[in-house]
Amino acid sequence: MAELLVLPVLIGYGEAAVAYAGELRGSGRYGRIGIWGVRIGWLAQTALLGVQALSADGFPWGTWAGALNLLSWLIVSAYLIWGCKPRYRLVGLAVMPVAVGLLLLAWAGGGTGVEESDGDGWALAVHAALMLAGFASLLVAAATAFLYLYEDRGLSRRDTRLLRLRLPSLEGLERLSARAALAGLFLLSGGILVGLAGLDVDGLDAAMTVTVAIWAFYGLALLLRREAGLQGRRFAWTLVAGAVLVAIVLPLTHFAA
Amino acid sequence: MRLALAGVSHHQAPLELRERVAVDLETAGALAHELSSAAARHETVVLSTCNRTELYLASEDEAALAELADRALLSLAGPAAESLAPVAYRLADESAALHLFRVAAGLDSMVPGEGEILGQVRDAYEAGAPGPLLDRVFRMALHAGRRARVETAIGESPASIPAAAAALAQQVFERLDGRRVVLVGAGRMSELTARNLRSRGAIVTVVLNRTLERAEALARELEARAATLDGLAGTLADADVVVSSTSAPGLVLVADDVSASVRARRGRPLLFVDLAVPRDVDPALAALDGCFVYDLDDLEAIVSSSLAGRRSEAVEAERIVTEEAERFRAWQASLAVVPAIASLRARAEEIRSAELARIEARLGRLPEGDRDVVDTVTAQIVNKLLHLPTVRMKEAAVTPDGVLYADVVRHLFGLGEESET
Repeated sequence: MAELLVLPVLIGYGEAAVAYAGELRGSGRYGRIGIWGVRIGWLAQTALLGVQALSADGFPWGTWAGALNLLSWLIVSAYLIWGCKPRYRLVGLAVMPVAVGLLLLAWAGGGTGVEESDGDGWALAVHAALMLAGFASLLVAAATAFLYLYEDRGLSRRDTRLLRLRLPSLEGLERLSARAALAGLFLLSGGILVGLAGLDVDGLDAAMTVTVAIWAFYGLALLLRREAGLQGRRFAWTLVAGAVLVAIVLPLTHFAA
Repeated sequence: MRLALAGVSHHQAPLELRERVAVDLETAGALAHELSSAAARHETVVLSTCNRTELYLASEDEAALAELADRALLSLAGPAAESLAPVAYRLADESAALHLFRVAAGLDSMVPGEGEILGQVRDAYEAGAPGPLLDRVFRMALHAGRRARVETAIGESPASIPAAAAALAQQVFERLDGRRVVLVGAGRMSELTARNLRSRGAIVTVVLNRTLERAEALARELEARAATLDGLAGTLADADVVVSSTSAPGLVLVADDVSASVRARRGRPLLFVDLAVPRDVDPALAALDGCFVYDLDDLEAIVSSSLAGRRSEAVEAERIVTEEAERFRAWQASLAVVPAIASLRARAEEIRSAELARIEARLGRLPEGDRDVVDTVTAQIVNKLLHLPTVRMKEAAVTPDGVLYADVVRHLFGLGEESET
């Protein structure tokens, strides 16, 4: 039954992804239609996660597919914090296709049903939730940085359409991406600490090594931004590269088995 | 109450005629009060801008209203009244209201959605002598103007070169509060652009010019420092926006000369606005990290695309204005049935009071609390009986047969007959 809730989520998110692409024409109407798709999809996915949580004995998103389901919800939630403002809607152009892709993978892998549960304790639940929220923030930071690069390219090429798109300013986007990355770093730190304190850790495995490397990468990027002037295009490229690193390496180390 | 409008605007009247009838806000207010203090007690508001002069009058005296509006407008023109008459327009009631709503929304302006007109309508309304009708119609017009600007993008995009430069700066920096502007050249265009940026919170730090005297004159007005062009490269380290408009025959900002200063900024955005022909700013600067270079052609392209965008947004703004005009029409129509509704309610109350008085002797034997209950219940019965007819009459008032409903009610309930007999 819960599986049926995936359809409105996919329709809502998919509609938003298409509408945001239409918003590039600069009318403003497609953006308004898009944000409603996000809201409705998010509500449906919240209901889906609620049903999963109520039906499971333990942490219901411990599998790779379940984790992707939760991760997509967290990404959209983080986006909704700013996305409701008209000027920040177009961040969804980079966020919603990712959310749809992750949810489709989760669906295909059985992460949207209520049957699977590994019955692990609260420490794992908190650890996984914090880690996923951290990665969601980092992906939102990358999406914002991607939009920064798009706008920067448009301004450099003197694209006159850009002013009609009502995008956030370049500085606004850079500030937002830095804040999202910082939030992601804090959440990752919390997740790592909970994992070390509450779970049985037998040495440093590949997944942990990669997680710590990602944490260090973002920590260094934010430190360089503050202290050494890593700004503008270079900072945006760093965040996008970090997200690519997360997207490629993390599934291999966490879910390959 | 009827509404009348007489006016001239840029659509048909040339500038020579418009300037004859243009008045400042103070005179417009005085004229409005003069007209309203006449024996007929007209409500009057005079709206006068560089594109239009319009007189809005409202009164019970329908016959004299249009003529008075017309005469007052022509009197403003003095000897040019004859040439004014053929290009003046006269509108009444719903058409006049719709026109005012379009004016407030910027749909009747030369540049669709221009921002100043809404403030000018508000000023005219506050300086004028509005009564119940003009008060309502001007408040609704201001609301329609605000809605058009909030719900559509008609007023958002820049419609002039200085505004385009300021919009670009905001696209890069978001807020311009405290942003540092360097002015290269003390020409008229760079001055206008600097003033536009200043009005949005930016600070002009330095005015550079070939001759120091001109730089100093403009710098004094903009509260900036003046210098010659020799110090140009040194000013770039702290600048956010560079506006250049010199009459130099070649490039003033050459990439090789200033690239070291720009690189020292480590990618911090720097916007070059080049308003000069031939160009002052080396286009190669755009290749440096964080540098954006816009010349006059680029800014003109922005303005042109922006005007096209405004025109397409105007379709949605027209829908909003029509919606508001319909609300005004419904309100005005409901005024026609208000006397009938008031008479009907008065008649019902009269009957209720008379019937209670008739049984006063019997009611007097009841305890105080029970008498109050009887009073309340009878009042509630009357109210409930009259609620639906009242609502229906107000609804019907908007339709062409609306007045008939009021007449039928008057006839059925014999309203006004007692006074006649």
